Amino acid sequence: MIAEFGSFALVLGLAFAAAQFVLSAAARLRRSTVLAAAGEGAAVAAFAGVAIAFACLIHAFVTSDFSVANVAANSHTQKPLLYKVAGTWGSHEGSILLWCLILTGYGAAAATLGRGLPRGLKASMVATQGALGTVFLAYTVFASNPLARLPLDRIPVEGNSLNPLLQDPALAIHPPFLYSGYVGMSVVFSLAVAALIEGRVDAAWARWVRPWALAAWSLLTVGITLGAFWAYYELGWGGWWFWDPVENASFMPWLMATALLHSAIVTEKRGALAGWSLFLAIGAFTFSMLGAFLVRSGVLTSVHAFAVDPKRGVLLLIILGVTAGSAFTLFAWRAPKLSRGGVFAPISRESALVLNNILLAAATMTVMLGTLYPLIREAMTGEAISVGPPYFNLTFAPLMACLGLVLPAGPLLAWKRGDLAGVAQRLWAAALIALACGVGAYALVSPRKAFGALGIALGAWLVAGALTELAERTRAFRVSAGDSWRRLTGLPRGAWGMTLAHLGLGVFVLGACCELGWRGEAAEALPLGGSLDVAGYHLTLETVGPREGKNFDAERALIRVTKAGREICTGEPDRRFYPAGGQTISGIALCYRGASHLYMVLGERRTTAPDSSGRGGMPVWLIRAYWNPWASLIFLGPVIMALGGIASLSDRRMRLGVGRRREAQAAPATPDAPPPTPLRPGQEQTA
Amino acid sequence: MRLKAVAAIFAGLLCLAAAADPADRLADPAQEARARAIFQDVRCLVCQNESIDDSEAELAGDLRRTVREQVKAGRSDAEIKRFLTDRYGEFVLMTPRFSWVNLALWGGPFAVVILGAGLLLTRLRNRTGEPELSPEEAERVRRLSQTDPT
Repeated sequence: MIAEFGSFALVLGLAFAAAQFVLSAAARLRRSTVLAAAGEGAAVAAFAGVAIAFACLIHAFVTSDFSVANVAANSHTQKPLLYKVAGTWGSHEGSILLWCLILTGYGAAAATLGRGLPRGLKASMVATQGALGTVFLAYTVFASNPLARLPLDRIPVEGNSLNPLLQDPALAIHPPFLYSGYVGMSVVFSLAVAALIEGRVDAAWARWVRPWALAAWSLLTVGITLGAFWAYYELGWGGWWFWDPVENASFMPWLMATALLHSAIVTEKRGALAGWSLFLAIGAFTFSMLGAFLVRSGVLTSVHAFAVDPKRGVLLLIILGVTAGSAFTLFAWRAPKLSRGGVFAPISRESALVLNNILLAAATMTVMLGTLYPLIREAMTGEAISVGPPYFNLTFAPLMACLGLVLPAGPLLAWKRGDLAGVAQRLWAAALIALACGVGAYALVSPRKAFGALGIALGAWLVAGALTELAERTRAFRVSAGDSWRRLTGLPRGAWGMTLAHLGLGVFVLGACCELGWRGEAAEALPLGGSLDVAGYHLTLETVGPREGKNFDAERALIRVTKAGREICTGEPDRRFYPAGGQTISGIALCYRGASHLYMVLGERRTTAPDSSGRGGMPVWLIRAYWNPWASLIFLGPVIMALGGIASLSDRRMRLGVGRRREAQAAPATPDAPPPTPLRPGQEQTA
Repeated sequence: MRLKAVAAIFAGLLCLAAAADPADRLADPAQEARARAIFQDVRCLVCQNESIDDSEAELAGDLRRTVREQVKAGRSDAEIKRFLTDRYGEFVLMTPRFSWVNLALWGGPFAVVILGAGLLLTRLRNRTGEPELSPEEAERVRRLSQTDPT
């Protein structure tokens, strides 16, 4: 009964999404406030419908209702409750329903929160959001209904269970964060499409788009980081980023959103780059949809491909083509009419932000080519090629290094016309620190690694640059400490956001370069009592015993770690066998040493070959250990960046509606409205 | 379809753990390090986008043995890679070749940088500070300045 109720609610959600589109579009055409309010109401109702359907699916999973096809294929009675709930979005159908839930949720939020927006723009935005909701819900209802029942005679007694790799607490939080980030771009997309329909993009538009872009970007940052950490400790390879198509799929919208956050500043402060900001806003959600298509269709082979269905991939490709195609067509048609905004000198904050955008666009291009080029090559010439990590190291890394080199200078430059000598004067201390760190790392750390040392220098440069910028704002060391403190506490949250985001990037670079440069690895087949050494640590295999889980059997090793005779820690990696799916996976053990990790994996059990004296046949276990220096920083850095996004989101200027005041003055906008007056120069500089 | 998905997951699981099995290691550490570097650039053909350095699949084991034998026999990296591509095609290498068919792949990102820089430069060059005064305006300015008592 409940599954049918859920299906009904889902169809109702689809109907409301369609109504949202029709009513809001009609409201825009007839300039009717009544219709607009009805459209906004439909947006909330669509969300309610999908939320009910989602709750019903969770219910089906929790109660192990195997008459529902999706539950039978992905759940198991013996599975812990957390994974039963999280399993709701562990499958193709479930994850698409989660996508729809978040999409309609954002639609409802945009409809209720965006009170400050001009009526025409808002109606267009709600209509666009409704169109997106209709398309994705129609796909869910007609091609991928997660609540569909199995025929009576085919209902199994026991479910197929979930891929054991997914049976991890991270499954409960990683996809919701990632999808909230992906789909958050839909509001940005809708705002861009609405602005193109209205034919006006000005500082106010950039201000409206900013909170949505910030929220989506922060959530996506957390989602990607969680995914990287999950891969790091679950897959047992010791790596955290594999340049895998699925990872790339989440990284492309992130890069686009990062570029958008920077270009929108120029649009907001100086009225320039309006067309480019629109392009990025459309592009970010296009890449989100491309990601969903790549991940769900299985056109690319990936280590993370868990829920794949090629047949439905075609439908997703059509959705992607139609939505992105129409948005970009609209862009090509309307964007040339937009005003160009204020002028600026080659050395200026604007130029620095444009440079940031060029490099981020090139980086996105790299990731896109690396992901899609094998497909293109195969379609064109019939030859298959592989694009692996070496390609990205040779293209993406230098681009990002360039970005990192110029980054600290950007926030110190003035708008319109900057003073490069002044900036250099303020950054010399940071440069000195960076140089000292790089030279120190090269000379003192053994083994000597030039790449690692360069990375350390770059990371130190970014961190010191972000702190220099903070010191400049508070006039630290130039005025009294109390005065500086007052300035520090009085800083707008947006300024804190920028400093934190740039600082987080520096922290990430430090961690990533240190880990890549100086990681140590050792692997041995050890008998009980045997030992191996990695990076000065001495690991002894003490015991191996059985461990029972709720739905798996496991062997667990106890490894004692010592350094120079002193006991440091113990690790208990295990190796689990899941009878439900017949799969074996490794559970790793981490030993934290400051920001560094000692990473231990228990491999398969073997038997030694008998030697000449007839002895042998002893059991040995393959033990792998990695020394990952400063690996915590790799995950800490993005968390700091996301905190920066949240700090910026809580800035006063996001809450005080410039738009409300503007709306009071402005007549209803028409598509051929005159271009907005560019902002007056000399406005306050809070980036 | 279904079967393919299951097979994909199964193949994925076969490729779970890294190589570097002590039983297969070469005696000479320098040669072993070279072999490992090559492993990272060779794709495990039956896996889901993994190098043979990471993969536990049987084929990856065979490929590792082949590479180790050739390293031991003193062949150069380029020779070994050529041997592999002759056998399995370009697909086997993780680094795409620098060749004309891959021009868009290698050149694309840098084309974006050049294009972006070009657009920025044109925009900077075309910037006109204040628009020039029309003759009438210039005349008015002249008259105003003349009548000004200071």
